[in-house]
Amino acid sequence: MAPGQRQNEMSSGTMAKTLFEKIWEQHEVVPETADTPAVLYIDLHLTHEVTSPQAFSQLRERGLAVRRPDRTLATMDHSTPTDPDQIFGRIPIRSESAAHQIRTLEVNCREFGVELLGLTHEQRGIVHIIGPELGLTQPGMTIVCGDSHTATHGAFGALAFGIGTTEVGHVLASQCLLQRRPKTLAVNVSGALPPGVTAKDLILGIIGQIGVAGGSGHVIEYRGATIAALSMEERMTVCNMSIEAGARAGMVGPDQTTFAYLQGRPRAPRGKEWEPALVRWQTLVTDSGARFDREVSVDASRLEPMITFGTNPGMVVPISGHVPYRADDKVYAKALDYMGFEPGESLAGKPIQVVFIGSCTNARLSDLELAARVLEGRRVAQGVRMLVVPGSQQVKREAEARGLDRVFRAAGADWRESGCSMCLGMNGDLVGRGQYAVSTSNRNFEGRQGTGARTLLASPATAAASAVRGQITDPREFLF
Amino acid sequence: MQPIKRIESRTVVLPYADIDTDQILPARFLTTTTREGLAAQLFADWRYAPDGTPKPTFVLNDPAAAGCEVLVAGRNFGCGSSREHAPWALLDYGFRAVVSTDFADIFRSNSLKNGLLPVVVDPQVHAWLVANPGARVVIDLEGAVLELPAGQRVKFPIEAFARYCLLSGIDELGYLLSQQDAITQFEHAHA
Repeated sequence: MAPGQRQNEMSSGTMAKTLFEKIWEQHEVVPETADTPAVLYIDLHLTHEVTSPQAFSQLRERGLAVRRPDRTLATMDHSTPTDPDQIFGRIPIRSESAAHQIRTLEVNCREFGVELLGLTHEQRGIVHIIGPELGLTQPGMTIVCGDSHTATHGAFGALAFGIGTTEVGHVLASQCLLQRRPKTLAVNVSGALPPGVTAKDLILGIIGQIGVAGGSGHVIEYRGATIAALSMEERMTVCNMSIEAGARAGMVGPDQTTFAYLQGRPRAPRGKEWEPALVRWQTLVTDSGARFDREVSVDASRLEPMITFGTNPGMVVPISGHVPYRADDKVYAKALDYMGFEPGESLAGKPIQVVFIGSCTNARLSDLELAARVLEGRRVAQGVRMLVVPGSQQVKREAEARGLDRVFRAAGADWRESGCSMCLGMNGDLVGRGQYAVSTSNRNFEGRQGTGARTLLASPATAAASAVRGQITDPREFLF
Repeated sequence: MQPIKRIESRTVVLPYADIDTDQILPARFLTTTTREGLAAQLFADWRYAPDGTPKPTFVLNDPAAAGCEVLVAGRNFGCGSSREHAPWALLDYGFRAVVSTDFADIFRSNSLKNGLLPVVVDPQVHAWLVANPGARVVIDLEGAVLELPAGQRVKFPIEAFARYCLLSGIDELGYLLSQQDAITQFEHAHA
């Protein structure tokens, strides 16, 4: 077979395609050649205050307009405080540079005619939480955002990936991106998740298996009965962390679960538009016989609650495990030194000082419900600071309607306005130097949650259980 | 953007794998609204002690690193966040190329768009560079060749269009805007 010739062929004689290939080909304005990348059309561009100011400046310098304001939505989440007094203007925003960045987005959106779900808007939230929540995120779309966790939207069978600020400018000006076609990687997951093992544990297990660069240059499709059985919120948690395996994007084929989630959402197709959309979405499956560039298999039934011990998400073990030995590895030795861990040490029982429940990975209603289930009738251990930050104002309202805020507050946790919060140390919510934080976020990089902070990534159940004990704790003893 | 043809410099070596963009530029500096002035914050938490004094053990604080334009780093350089502030900070500091065995996808894309060359070499060449910090190398973008001090010439892969833009000193937006007719047609066909 000639190089580059595609091998996929269905019995009918037509080419069998992966979900990724279908979406890619439907969005090629100009296909790629040896000399030039493809011009790829972008259906939905989400933007926020941190990675957009320089892009708007570029437009201004070149006298360009936003080509499709109707396909662009802005919100603010990264540098925004989570303290209600600062959000609702009762006191000034403490960080002057953050306040300036927030004002800059307001000015840019006004000047360029982009819809903004601003600081006090009731639909504001973390950009990757509000897209799905509003029904903006739909199967078959190309979705980009100046944020690496954009793969979250892939849970709906969209091709969604993070871009840099120059590319944010490209999309604002042309609604297109220049892209080389990535490779495809099937992650085939079989076996039922054992009780107490969550979607977060699954994706941490997958990253542990394939490594932090295991998906480089690839778009992952998560497949198999285990994935099909996940709720939309669980699928979002899985797709969200695709970038932590180095992947360009992660996606799940849309199915009845997807369609049921979308039906009735404010910006999903409605009325007579619903049926044709559904018919279109149902074609977005990987055909049988379609080939991926690579495939890996994961057995979910063997997973436990997982926890990271090092300084990247691939340094992860089951919660009953020990810090592994790894000889002659400078990076590894440096990571353990930063974390203050010794090889062979058991993780369960290690004292912790901070617990964070939030982020685009784990701040949806089901995450908060799970944490509340563990905390109900219990108290956060003395000396532990616990912060619970809903992913959006809508999640906040829904959680409050169910009384979850009262569970968290009664336990001694802090209940905040939505935002990225403690996932990254740029909005005032910080883990102190040398402190251990069990966090439901996505990155345990050095200093990610504050200079010198030591992050242990885990599920909301593990985080809540650890808060109660004041030490790394297997949540299963609280759940059953 | 200035055209890039040739870079000749001594190297600085950061031998670690998986250096993420939170190390290259910590998140607390991301509240800026411009591209400029990030040199002082590059690798801030590795470079400075908590009281702000330079850590003598960090390679960029070694006087030998002054003026070096080529950074040699371990595999999967630039993983993590999509922040373009990472290549902006490296460029503002004076780096013009990073050499590794591979780069994280978004970082590579961001670097190429700003004139920071991501140079991919095989593990043998990389091991030699790591073992010989301060080596004088030449990067010839026209030929896509990295030249080692002993005269060994190593081809490196670089995406054709990005290379063309860098050699010509033009940015990709101009090309995208020249495709407006095709974009409009696509929009009409898919309305």
